[in-house]
Amino acid sequence: MFVRLSAAIAAVSLISGAAFAAGPTDPQIAHIAYTAGTIDIAAAKQALSKTSNKEVKAFAQDMVRDHEAVNKKALDLVKKLKVTPEDNDTSKTLQKNASAKLEELSKLKGAEFDKAYIANEVAYHKAVDNALETTLIPSASNAELKSLLETGLKIFQGHEQHAEQVASELK
Amino acid sequence: MTPRWIVPIVAALALGISVSAQAATVEISMENLEISPAEASAKVGDTVRLVNKDDFAHTATARNGDFDMMIPPKKTVSMVLKKAGKVEYYCRFHPNMKAVLNIVP
Repeated sequence: MFVRLSAAIAAVSLISGAAFAAGPTDPQIAHIAYTAGTIDIAAAKQALSKTSNKEVKAFAQDMVRDHEAVNKKALDLVKKLKVTPEDNDTSKTLQKNASAKLEELSKLKGAEFDKAYIANEVAYHKAVDNALETTLIPSASNAELKSLLETGLKIFQGHEQHAEQVASELK
Repeated sequence: MTPRWIVPIVAALALGISVSAQAATVEISMENLEISPAEASAKVGDTVRLVNKDDFAHTATARNGDFDMMIPPKKTVSMVLKKAGKVEYYCRFHPNMKAVLNIVP
């Protein structure tokens, strides 16, 4: 199954199901969704410390605010459902790739950084949207978790469009 | 066949609209990243109440630049319509939220 995957799309494909023979469980889904949010918050905080571009700064602030709000809802829900988010290979891979990206971006400055950050935001949100649509939402068994993921998908899709718009302005 | 009770209601509504010069209030809700109704009609002088039912901040931003309102989570923001026209607006934070406001003179 893994043989078919190229390295470049490995992370995306991992959350898209290859890592789960029978689909991820709810505790795993909750962990993946929460991790995906914290990754984007970390990326936005790095951007806020590095950028001087007004649009990029506003975008990064939006990411921190929205993802913190989604993650708060996620935490409230897992508490209510008495579900303990369960770490898994997909979360680990996401985190590992995100750390590498932060390291890579930390070496860039000015317009170069802005472009690379926004380009990664477009790609990252696309990957997460795809994972939500094809794997996480269909695999979620709890109705409330599924509904939160669906709201998350709309927010992430909004962010993707917003990032694309900022990207076109940076050219 | 139209039920008999419909007639007086329709008449009252028609009368109400024709005699009333009073400004009305149009409510537009933002819930689960959807603007509802997707297409609303109002008159110049009417008040639009933008009700954000989400836990996320949204904006109502006119593509033609006529208005740009920020609505914090779980808050309502009102604006009085000053200019006629068909205004397309969206949320700057989530551009997939789109709607139209038809403002007649």
